[in-house]
Amino acid sequence: MSQVMIADRIPPVELMASGHLACPGCAAPLAMRLVLKAMGPETIVVMPACCWSVIAGPWPQSSLKVPLYHTAFETGAATASGIRAALDMRGDRDTTVMVWAGDGGTFDIGLQALSGAAERNEDILYCCYDNEAYMNTGVQRSSATPRGAWTSTTPAGHPQASPKKDIVAVLAAHRIPYIATATVAYPLDLIEKVTRAKSIRGTRFLHILSPCPPGWKFSDEASIDLARMAVRCGVFPLLEIEDGVRWQLTMNGEPPEPVEPYLRRQGRFDHLTPDQIAAIQSEVLARLQWIERQVEGSGPAVVSR
Amino acid sequence: MKKVMVGNHAVSWGARLSRAEVIAAYPITPQTQVVEELAEMCADGRLAARFLKVESEHSAMAACIGASAAGARAFTATSSQGLALMHELLHWASGGRHPIVMADINRALAPGWNIWTDQSDSLSQRDTGWIQLYCETNQEVLDTTIMAFKLAETVDLPVMLVLDAFYLSHTAEPVDIPDQAAVDAFLPPRRARFKLDVADPHSFGGLVRPDSYIAMRLQLQQAMDRARDVFERVETEWERRFGRKYGAVEAYRAEDAELLLVTSGTITSTARFTVDRRRERGEPVGLVKVKMFRPFPVEPLRVALGDARQVAVVDRNLSPGRGGIFAEEIRAALYDLPSERRPEIFGYVVGLGGGDVTPATIDEIIERTRAGAAPEREDLWVGVSP
Repeated sequence: MSQVMIADRIPPVELMASGHLACPGCAAPLAMRLVLKAMGPETIVVMPACCWSVIAGPWPQSSLKVPLYHTAFETGAATASGIRAALDMRGDRDTTVMVWAGDGGTFDIGLQALSGAAERNEDILYCCYDNEAYMNTGVQRSSATPRGAWTSTTPAGHPQASPKKDIVAVLAAHRIPYIATATVAYPLDLIEKVTRAKSIRGTRFLHILSPCPPGWKFSDEASIDLARMAVRCGVFPLLEIEDGVRWQLTMNGEPPEPVEPYLRRQGRFDHLTPDQIAAIQSEVLARLQWIERQVEGSGPAVVSR
Repeated sequence: MKKVMVGNHAVSWGARLSRAEVIAAYPITPQTQVVEELAEMCADGRLAARFLKVESEHSAMAACIGASAAGARAFTATSSQGLALMHELLHWASGGRHPIVMADINRALAPGWNIWTDQSDSLSQRDTGWIQLYCETNQEVLDTTIMAFKLAETVDLPVMLVLDAFYLSHTAEPVDIPDQAAVDAFLPPRRARFKLDVADPHSFGGLVRPDSYIAMRLQLQQAMDRARDVFERVETEWERRFGRKYGAVEAYRAEDAELLLVTSGTITSTARFTVDRRRERGEPVGLVKVKMFRPFPVEPLRVALGDARQVAVVDRNLSPGRGGIFAEEIRAALYDLPSERRPEIFGYVVGLGGGDVTPATIDEIIERTRAGAAPEREDLWVGVSP
C-alpha cells in the first residue's frame, strides 16, 4: 500500500501535542497519538500511574488536548466507571471514557478493578500499552514480562521464570464485547480496531505492544521494527475477540518467523542460551496453536448483553 | 413526616433526599443496610442515581472520585476494614478537592474479628483531608447527611459522617423526614467549579513540582479552616428551615460545672443521662459533645472547656502508644490557654470493640477524675483489668 493511501486512512485530527516527556524512541506516545486520532475529541482519558503519567507533562502543561484525569495505580477501570456513571446521569452518550494504562496497572495492581468493570460490562474503552515491565520506576518485572527477560528485579542469572500472563484470555473469560491486540507497527490495523471499539457499547479492551528502548535495551530507532517483528514471529499475534468467544487472527496468514532474531535484537535477552531460545520458540508456537484452536472453535456468544 | 428507622436507613434517606447522582459501594457489616436501602430506592425509582456495585471499597472510592470529577454528586458508605482499604484514595479525594460524602459506620479493626463499634477506623483517617462529623442520634444522622453535601460542595472537600455500629446503625428511633421540596431549596443541584468536560478540556492531578504542591496543600488547609465557619452557616440555615441544630461542639448543662465530660457519638446520650442525675443531686457536672473532629473545633472547645477545673475525655478509640485520640487533640487545643483557665485533662479509653458504656461506666469516670489529684500521664482504661 502506498504512503499516500495510508496517510488518507489516518484521521488528520491531532489531539496530542508534539511536546511531551517520553524517552527517545518510545512507542507509547505514538500509540496515544494514533488512538486519539481514531477516537476524536469527545474522549475523556483516565490515566493510572504509568510512564504516561510523566509523558503527559507537568502542571500547568499537558500534551493531550482532551480531558485527562490522573488516578491511582490500581484504579483505572474503577475511576472510569465513575466518570461513565456521571456522564450517564448528565445524558451524555457521545463521550467515550478511555482508560490509558501500562502493563503494571493492567496485568498486576489494576487487574481487580479491571475485572470488576469488565464483569459489570462498564461502557468504557480500556487501552493497555504494554512495555512488558515497570519501566517508569526503572525496569522492574511485571506479570507482562516475557519468560527469559532481564529486568532490574530479574537479573540475568535469574531472569523472568514464568511466561507472560495471557491478559487477552483473562479478559475473554469475562465475555466482554470486544478485545483486540495492536501495535504501532501496523497503524491502519490499530486505527481500524480503535474505530471498531469506539462503535461498540460495553467494556472494550485494546492491548497495544509498546517497545521500550531503555527497558528492552535496543537503539532508539528500532521500536517500530521490533513491534513488527513481535507480530511476525508470533510473540504478539494480532487478533480480535468478540464476546469472549469469537476469536479471529488479523494477520496476513503467513507462517510465523523464528523468534531468535527478535530476541537477539534486544539486550534484555542477551544472556539466553540456544536451549532457552528453543524453549521460548516452542512456547510461542504452542500459544499460536492454542489461539488457532480458539479461532476454529469460535461460536455464538455464551452470554447475552 | 415521622418514621421509625434504624441509623443505617437514616443515612440512605439522607442520601436520597440529597439526590445523590452516583453511588458506588461494597457491602460490609454493619454498613449493609445503607446500601441495600439505596439499591431499593434506585430500583423502584425513588432515587434517580447510577448505583455501581463495585468489587471493593477501594474501587467504590475510585468510582466516587471519577463521578465527582465529572461533576456528579457522589455518595458511598463503609466501615472498618473497608475504610482502611480506601485509605490511599481518601487522600486522592481530598487532594483532588472532590466533594464526596461518605458514611462510616464505626466498627473495630481486626484482628480479632469484631463487628462492633469503635472509632479507631475513622480516627485512623484523621490526616486524609476529610471533614469528619460524628452523630449521636438517627435524626442527627439524616440531617448531617444532607448538610454534609452542602458543606462539601461549598468548600470542595469530602465529608465523612460517622455513626456508631449497632448502637445507632441498627437501632430504630423516630426520625422526622424533611419534605423533598424543602431539601431541594436547601441543597440545589451541584454546580462543580471544575469538571471533566470535552468542551473545555483540562488535565487533573498530574505531575506538580514542590512549589505547586505545597501551594495546593496550603489551599487544602485553608479550605479546612473555612469549613468551620461554613459548617456554622450551613447549620444556621438548616435550623431556619427545619428547626434543628447540633453545633460543631455542644455544651450540655455545662454552666458553672467543675467537671466536664467530653464525649462523641452515642456515648453522649448515656453521659447526658448521668449528668442529669448528678445535676439533680446538685453536683456541678456537665457535658461537652464533640460533633466535628476535622477540622478540629479548637476555639469552641476552648470556650466550652476553659473554665472547668477538670475535664474527663471519654474515648472509644485508641492510638496505640499514645492513648485516646480525642483526649490527645483536646490537650493540644487547650495547651496555650492561660494556666488559671486551663483545666486538668483526664483521658479514659472505654468500650473498644463495642463494649457497653453504661451510666455506671460514666459514674466511674467521674469518680476517678474527682479522686485524681492531677491527671495521670497515660490514659486510664475503664472496664478492663491491667
